[in-house]
Amino acid sequence: MGLNSFKRALWVYHLNSGSCNGCDIEILAALTPRYDIERFGIMLVGSPRHADVLLATGPVARQMASRIKRIYAQVPDPKVVIAVGSCGAEGGVFYESYSLVGPLDQFIPVDIYVPGCPPRPEAITEAVIKAWVKLEKA
Amino acid sequence: MSNIKNMDDTKEVKTSYTIPIGPIHPALKEPIRLDLSVDGEEIIDVDVVVGQVHRGMEWLGMNRNNPIQTIYLAERICGICSVSHPFALVMAVEQAAGIEVPPRAEYIRVIIAEMERIHSHLLWAGVAAHEIGFDSVFYLVWKVREEIMDAMEYLAGNRNSKAMFQFGGVRRDITEEQFPRVRKSLDYYLSIFDQLGNIFLKDKTINMRTRNVGILKKEDALRLTIVGPTARASGVSKDARQGHAYSAYADMDIKAITPDVITGKVVGDVYDRIVVRLLEIKQSIEIIDKCLKEMPSGAIISEPKVAKLLAVLKKAEGEGIGVHEAPRGECFHYVRMEAGMDPLACWKVRAPTYANLMAIPTMLKGEQIADVPIAFASIDPCMSCTNRAITVKQPRKGTECLLDLHELSLEKTRRLEAEFDR
Ligand code: SF4
Repeated sequence: MGLNSFKRALWVYHLNSGSCNGCDIEILAALTPRYDIERFGIMLVGSPRHADVLLATGPVARQMASRIKRIYAQVPDPKVVIAVGSCGAEGGVFYESYSLVGPLDQFIPVDIYVPGCPPRPEAITEAVIKAWVKLEKA
Repeated sequence: MSNIKNMDDTKEVKTSYTIPIGPIHPALKEPIRLDLSVDGEEIIDVDVVVGQVHRGMEWLGMNRNNPIQTIYLAERICGICSVSHPFALVMAVEQAAGIEVPPRAEYIRVIIAEMERIHSHLLWAGVAAHEIGFDSVFYLVWKVREEIMDAMEYLAGNRNSKAMFQFGGVRRDITEEQFPRVRKSLDYYLSIFDQLGNIFLKDKTINMRTRNVGILKKEDALRLTIVGPTARASGVSKDARQGHAYSAYADMDIKAITPDVITGKVVGDVYDRIVVRLLEIKQSIEIIDKCLKEMPSGAIISEPKVAKLLAVLKKAEGEGIGVHEAPRGECFHYVRMEAGMDPLACWKVRAPTYANLMAIPTMLKGEQIADVPIAFASIDPCMSCTNRAITVKQPRKGTECLLDLHELSLEKTRRLEAEFDR
């Protein structure tokens, strides 16, 4: 893939825009020993300002819209956004709700979509690796 | 203002500051806002603001094509309680429509619900360890949790959204050949139970950070109508599985667990909440084991043909309630069905966190700022469950909101009693 492999450790910020938690716990599962993506230096950080990747879940509840934009702006370039879960990609089961303004790509540019409700930790891992490739090329 | 005015005075003037935490904050797993008024390090007041992730669940559920589709929506009220909500919903609809459930299905429901409790309590234990900065325990517990995830995947075909429920039964059988795999998981948890107990109950760090932190007294728990492990840790022995004894729980002889079982006293702090949840993992193992031993044979669903089931649901008229003891506490669903109407005429959910959030101001007052993450996490809050209602005019304090309502309700009781006496 032409990676200058592992040149940088990817730091990830997790953003919940109104998800059901299903995807969020799978993201955590991907980080913990069974799947252990931390062994590649992929780490969850507490501030968007430290992050390279924004892992966003949820169908964007109305109150979260402005916050999502703010958090996206706080992530330094180059950055990649991954929409985890069907509801992040197109609203999922909540598609017709009055209190949603999403999906995510209406507010911030999404680079990688992970379908599934919730996707398995393997799928999330693959998405992060794709993000990596993208950042390496940037 | 006051401190500026007094600047040239030599007298020291104390002012309090407000620290907003959230809606997005590393110490919170989900969007919620806590406004803390602090005096130095001490918290003097707390305001809880919810509603950031409101998705309009009940409205959606009443606008689906039919109630069966609402089951899958109920599953996604919360990804962690993806059994509890459908469980309560199907019980409510079954009551409203008068649908029978075969005994074998009741046992399967209980098995899968108890597996969810194990996974949810372990998940919580990990998050709690993370909140006090004990990440090695967080990783250990989440590693251990994968075993039950595997077992659930083996039985239901999915790790999280299990889609087991249907009105009048379950959609998937648990057969004799599958028992050994489930037993293997149970044995695994029994074998490491003492180790987990040692870590959480004897470790010095955990003791220091959780003993006498976030205390909720029994009176307060009763006054604020707290539910689930949070209430039990304060010495309130209530458990829907014991009090209502629905489904196969009626055969299980369940006793609500309070922390004095092993510590000899009830403090009502974070430590006690750990004790209760740990013991409940063991209780769940016993329940599943008993279910496997005593599972009756027979059908798993009373009406396997979906078209016929839909016809029954369309004709149904009436109200029903479903109560299930979710890992976080009592989960309550109310439905009303009208004949000739395809979707549910009314659906109301009360998730356990909604009740438990009311404990936050009481628990946090007088604590240090550093204790906020662990004290807040100790009720195992679930925002996706809670944010189904929007208060149009936000009252300032969460507690007042409930207390006002509670006062109103008491008033009504008194009024009705007075009328009745006359
Ligand atoms: S995609 Fe599904 S599991 Fe993930 S947050 Fe949305 S509803 Fe929940």
